[in-house]
Amino acid sequence: MYSSVPEFRVLIDKQRCRLCKRCIENCSFGALEWRGDKVKAFDDRCVACLRCVSMCPEDAITLRRTPSDVSAHPVWTENARRDVFTQSRTGAILLASTGNELHESIIFDHLLLDACQVTNPAIDPLREPIELRTYIGRKPRSVEFEAIGDSIKLKTELSPALRLDIPIMIAQMSYGAISLEAHEALARAAVMRGTTMGSGEGGLHKNLYPYSDHIIVQVASGRFGVHPAYLEAGAAVEIKIGQGAKPGIGGHLPGTKITDEISEARMIPIGADAISPAPHHDIYSIEDLAQLVNSLKEATRYKKPVLVKIAAVHNVAAISSGICRAGADAIVIDGFRAGTGATPKVIRDNVGIPIELAIAVVDQRLREEGIRRETSLIASGTIRNSGDVAKAIALGADAVKIGTAALIALGCTVCKRCYTGKCAWGIATQDPKLRSRLDPADGAQRVSNLLLAWSIELKEILGAAGINSIESLRGNRDRLRGYGLDHTTLEILGVQHAGS
Amino acid sequence: MRIVANYKHYKELNEEVVQAIKNGAAQLTLEDVNGQRFIADCLKGKLKIDIYGTPGNDLGMFMDGPTVTVFGNAQDGVGNTMSSGKIIIHGDGRDIVGHSMRGGKIFVRGDVGYRVGIHMKTYKSNVPIIVAGGRAGDFLGEYMAGGIIIILGMHNTAKKTEILGDWVATGQHGGAIYVRGEVDDSKLGNGAAQFPMTADDEMTVKKVLTEYCRVFGLGLDSVFETDFTKIAPVSHRPYAALYTCE
Repeated sequence: MYSSVPEFRVLIDKQRCRLCKRCIENCSFGALEWRGDKVKAFDDRCVACLRCVSMCPEDAITLRRTPSDVSAHPVWTENARRDVFTQSRTGAILLASTGNELHESIIFDHLLLDACQVTNPAIDPLREPIELRTYIGRKPRSVEFEAIGDSIKLKTELSPALRLDIPIMIAQMSYGAISLEAHEALARAAVMRGTTMGSGEGGLHKNLYPYSDHIIVQVASGRFGVHPAYLEAGAAVEIKIGQGAKPGIGGHLPGTKITDEISEARMIPIGADAISPAPHHDIYSIEDLAQLVNSLKEATRYKKPVLVKIAAVHNVAAISSGICRAGADAIVIDGFRAGTGATPKVIRDNVGIPIELAIAVVDQRLREEGIRRETSLIASGTIRNSGDVAKAIALGADAVKIGTAALIALGCTVCKRCYTGKCAWGIATQDPKLRSRLDPADGAQRVSNLLLAWSIELKEILGAAGINSIESLRGNRDRLRGYGLDHTTLEILGVQHAGS
Repeated sequence: MRIVANYKHYKELNEEVVQAIKNGAAQLTLEDVNGQRFIADCLKGKLKIDIYGTPGNDLGMFMDGPTVTVFGNAQDGVGNTMSSGKIIIHGDGRDIVGHSMRGGKIFVRGDVGYRVGIHMKTYKSNVPIIVAGGRAGDFLGEYMAGGIIIILGMHNTAKKTEILGDWVATGQHGGAIYVRGEVDDSKLGNGAAQFPMTADDEMTVKKVLTEYCRVFGLGLDSVFETDFTKIAPVSHRPYAALYTCE
């Protein structure tokens, strides 16, 4: 029977190749083998992770996409056909990594930022202070002061808040989905830039505890690795209800990936599947969610903010209102393009709504109900650059979280094979040999550089708009214009069309 | 030390408990407890807490070490995500007793509700144990990944209800459930099956029940008048063939 054509062709230039075999050592997918006197490529195993291309000292390797053209069809695309082939062979759910591949139109790309010309002066961020500091947590309705002798003291009791130097946080990615080296690199980058990273739902390796005042510890439906020391270590606690790449779906970390150290962090036996149920079995209602929020506040003696993360689904505004009323200090909303290590492809590509719309409707709903200040709003799911950050904040977010972008900074080439555990760059793998390819210190520096670059750019964007504090951009949709968006989208976004 | 809960908000009551422990109290008696939630939430160490009345939801959640005794009934979520320690209930427990419990023991003299022992896990020497003297509701041991649940079906004669609800051990992939008496296969959910009791199983059950009977002053012999049935997972990797790659 016909099998689908390989996606890539590995071309080795015989003139340049000096048979050093470095490419074979580096390929973790078995696409290159030594055959007596030459390197033989197996195209069907190549995932285009570019490891061999980068490691070849002679630049002898080139990858080419789909060398065999398939007969074109507008509906039965090559991908559609490949999926049917695979499922007719296996009878199983298609797994996928990274984010939604089906929807190419990104609303962020159709939003334009404003700048000052003549009537109110732009600010030069290189000479004047521009504030990016962001506090995540419940803000008081009013503040009262009292005079004690000569000094004035704040009388209002403030809720615990996260103090961030920049409005960009690193998302929740579990130790298990990514390597310990990647986890450590992200934590160190968060410390370097005065922000936070997320533990993910796989507990916290003991090596990460020194950075824990910059780590938001997650409590998900599997409750893996959740114990008193873990809750006490975190800067904040995040309840994961759902994630953008798999709304309503639990997770299965296959037993084959439960190594000794992962078993220790998750507190489960080596080799057994780590199954995260789809729902939390103590949460079937907003009242139940309030109970988990309150139990975590009790457990941490009201010293830490409790965040609740959901996927952006159809009723995201009403659900967010409930989450706010359940006492969450921040709501994290993950859009339908959000990344993942492994998810059923059909869920990834078809469930949820774009983050841009979700931010706008949630911000609007909380404002209308007069409870916007009761909670912070954090948006995630394909924040690709500082422009996306500024647009998300202008639509109504307090801060954003980045996942895939941070992994790309670590060296990820988006080959989309995280679920295989064979990541050639040492990121989405537990293989000690592959892990050793990622140096946590070097990785931390690169992620830190990225965050620094985006921070400087954010200041440029703010300065150009004549705004000296990120707070003044928050929910300031008047500084956005839509371009090539339909009337309904603009109405939901609360944004006018360019030119109006 | 004695604390009267009465109509105090749980925040106030639990703060008093935390302060008392901070001041060195290792033994606490809570009286007139009226549904206050989160009692002993995340408490650690060798503490002894006696509760008179009815504690509210999530009693002993995240708890790591203390022994909590309830002279009355408890509500939902007893020992939720508990790490270690002991919870003894002289009445009934309700839904999700021992949710995601990772270690320690929960002994209930009477009945328990739905989804008891859901997603319990074993980690090294930490083996969580739940024993209920009465009956259990539907979805007992759902997603169970480790640990031991024992359901005795005693003190039940007047109610004439079945010992187990439906969908027992759906999605189980670790641990074992022991039921005193026979179990019809129609009660079991996907992933679980009945297995013959081995000598090891007999020893485990006897060891746990010896302590259980001592706590509640029950005769061990009368408990063993009926044989036990063992329910365990068919596979530790039930979903290994569920997924495919491109």
